[in-house]
Amino acid sequence: MSVERIPILKMGSILLVSIQVDMHDQLALQLQDDLTARIASTGARGVLLDISSLEIVDSFIGRMLSNIAGMSRVLDAETVVVGMRPAVAITLVELGLSLPGIRTAVNVEKGIELLTGRLPSA
Amino acid sequence: MPPEVTLPQIISANERAILDDWLRLQQEAAGGRRGLIKDETLKSQSAEFLSLLAGAMTGGDRSAAWAPLNEFLTELSRARAVLGFSSSETATFIFSLKQPLFQALRKSHTDPAKLADDIWATTQVLDRLGLQTTESFITTREQMINRQQQEMMELSTPVVQLWAGILALPLIGTLDSARTQVVMENLLQRIVDTGSAIAILDITGVPTVDTLVAQHLLKTVAAARLMGADCIISGIRPQIAQTIVHLGVELGSVTTKATLADAFAVALSRLNLSIEQRAR
Amino acid sequence: MSPPEVVEIRGPQDVVAVRQLVRARALELKFSLVNQTKVVTAASELARNALVHGGGGQALLESLETGTRRGLRLTFTDQGPGIADIARAMTDGFTTGGGLGLGLSGAKRLCDEFSITSSPGEGTATVITKWG
Repeated sequence: MSVERIPILKMGSILLVSIQVDMHDQLALQLQDDLTARIASTGARGVLLDISSLEIVDSFIGRMLSNIAGMSRVLDAETVVVGMRPAVAITLVELGLSLPGIRTAVNVEKGIELLTGRLPSA
Repeated sequence: MPPEVTLPQIISANERAILDDWLRLQQEAAGGRRGLIKDETLKSQSAEFLSLLAGAMTGGDRSAAWAPLNEFLTELSRARAVLGFSSSETATFIFSLKQPLFQALRKSHTDPAKLADDIWATTQVLDRLGLQTTESFITTREQMINRQQQEMMELSTPVVQLWAGILALPLIGTLDSARTQVVMENLLQRIVDTGSAIAILDITGVPTVDTLVAQHLLKTVAAARLMGADCIISGIRPQIAQTIVHLGVELGSVTTKATLADAFAVALSRLNLSIEQRAR
Repeated sequence: MSPPEVVEIRGPQDVVAVRQLVRARALELKFSLVNQTKVVTAASELARNALVHGGGGQALLESLETGTRRGLRLTFTDQGPGIADIARAMTDGFTTGGGLGLGLSGAKRLCDEFSITSSPGEGTATVITKWG
């Protein structure tokens, strides 16, 4: 049983998650659970998911991202996914995954601006 | 019966004469190409070839024996291809060696049967080597053409930054899947590099928009959106608008505008920017 | 060029292992970055299928070189229940595992060659080839 977890940082009312490792399915599911619990316990209004280190996003990870966005919304928090790599975006589109319902931003700075309501959404 | 005089020995024994004759024949055949390769270079290339050839022949049929010679020839073909030689001109390097070699053989053999055998063996070797240079030549040319095609595709899809956060991609020419790939990679990379949130795809220069082209455009829009940039498609001529409706192409929530200027105006307002006329 | 190798897929960590080995090979074969990403993603989908639907299986990784092209051929086999209706399984959105139903059709779109053999009780074998 793996003890590793993806760290979740709190910055005001925003939770920051930076996925730095090649996740196996268990780890992804753990992140989903941890995030949902943290949003509920902190009353966070925003979640920033930094995937700039992810070299691939397959349908499982895609589903995880959608799930996180969905669960946060139910808990009244917005999720923004930032930093998707060009090759990953091209592959996802080819794969047929458009990840509707997930807001995206090109970098962490823009993502935070989106979450704090200073920019219209993408 | 005198001991067998082998080909390698004949080459070595007559090296000077063979080289001189061969060089003369190469230069005669060179014609207009004469100036492209310096005489000393030609001389050293020919000398090296001869000694590699003798060495390879000594080794018999083992492929390892022929490897240095093959490498030398591949490199020579490549260099000549880049200089602009034709494949026959390159092969002449090998074929013009036949006459001097045969001269040397005629001088060294008294037995006509042995002479015929050696001439045949030599012909076989040189023909094979000549064909090899042609093959390497063709491969090099194909690689050059591929590289140039790639460069042309990249040059013809420039991504322009109209303002901080607003990119424009004027598409010129047909949008096939190979081009779409290049376009997507260029655009997405620029989105990352500039941190832009809006990309305007201008299709004024795209002659036809059919279902496939529309699919390619929509793929590009989807990919940009995944990376956090919104796309606006501009340059939609009336005929194209009709085609899109007729084909039942679903543009979904993509904003479309007739002109790049209109699209730029939309982009500015989305970023809460405006252009104002200063009072004089 | 690395020789062919077989990877056992018995748990979620093995799916990650397959991804990393496939990426290493794609790098070695000098695939473009987009093609690397595509083949690794396809491999991830199929490896997971073998695990989740097939109850575990193997992946055979082969690096190919023909004249001017270099490529990667990946064969995923499992001894699971098999697929009754392959055509249906290949349609986007069809899923028996609660997923997005894009694994098979998605993997096919990402690669240059794709073939699948399967029948109930006979397990499944999927072969994909990607040229650099």
